[in-house]
Amino acid sequence: MVMTKKDSIRLQAKVIEALPNAMFRVELENGHKVLAHVSGKMRMNFIRILPGDLVTVEMSPYDLNRGRIVLRH
Amino acid sequence: MHRAGAVVADVLSKLQTIAAPGVTTADLDEEAMRMTLAAGAEALFKGVLSPQAKIPFPGVVCASVNEQVVHGVPSREAVLRAGDILSIDFGVRLDGYCGDAAVTIPIGEISAERRRLMEVTREVLDIAIARMKPGARWSQIAGVMQRHAESAGFSVVRDFVGHGIGTKMHEDPKVPNFVSDELLAEDIVLTEGMILAVEPMINAGTGGVRTLANGWTVVTRDGKSSAHFEHTIAVVRGGNEVLTRS
Repeated sequence: MVMTKKDSIRLQAKVIEALPNAMFRVELENGHKVLAHVSGKMRMNFIRILPGDLVTVEMSPYDLNRGRIVLRH
Repeated sequence: MHRAGAVVADVLSKLQTIAAPGVTTADLDEEAMRMTLAAGAEALFKGVLSPQAKIPFPGVVCASVNEQVVHGVPSREAVLRAGDILSIDFGVRLDGYCGDAAVTIPIGEISAERRRLMEVTREVLDIAIARMKPGARWSQIAGVMQRHAESAGFSVVRDFVGHGIGTKMHEDPKVPNFVSDELLAEDIVLTEGMILAVEPMINAGTGGVRTLANGWTVVTRDGKSSAHFEHTIAVVRGGNEVLTRS
């Protein structure tokens, strides 16, 4: 069974819960709920994330329970 | 690893005898499951997770017909017809070690173009087997593989790669079937004891692929055929040993 070449995969998700330490619980389009933190670049530009926001999450194929929020729509 | 490879080889050769017009890919899946259990092994693919897919991989084998490149989900609806080419990818874990291999086979009479695609893809894998030995650089081997496919007018799938294999199915390093800057920067120098799953995927048309809505099945972008061969290959003193050959 082949592996994907790309190390990270970008997916659309919806924020469902804000957690402490700038972590969020987000729901992917396929229904999976993952724990995501806000990327450093977004923190530097003070982009605030609220529950209900649509975001792009970057995920590694190795840990499917965590992701990184890289874009707010 | 030898014994896991032998189980994979057995199951694949059995499935090749069953695959015929009118048979569904679910039939092949069931037979593979039955043989896996009889051998006391564990099916490797069932339950594999993907961030793109809603469900873990449901099949024991990946059965990819014609334009499907890899990860075809076995189904009752997928009835094989004469003229199809079917790639079957299968892996097991036995006593803690994994084996993984794939073949593409013709169903009934197939077109000359498809036959040539299958032959070239098999030759691409044979190129790797002929050249793998301790001290060889993977970029050199991948270069020859890529040139062979491209000189035949076909293209190499770049979005997916082979992998190291051992106690887990997917281990480092990633083993591409083409040369990229990434590979040149971080080349794989083969050493004794390394075990790689080498799996060229060659498309008749464009090398571009897309994933269907089920999150698993990968198809060619232009709908032309694709072939896929794989062996689990151990690098040993003086050369290599193919662990999944019957």
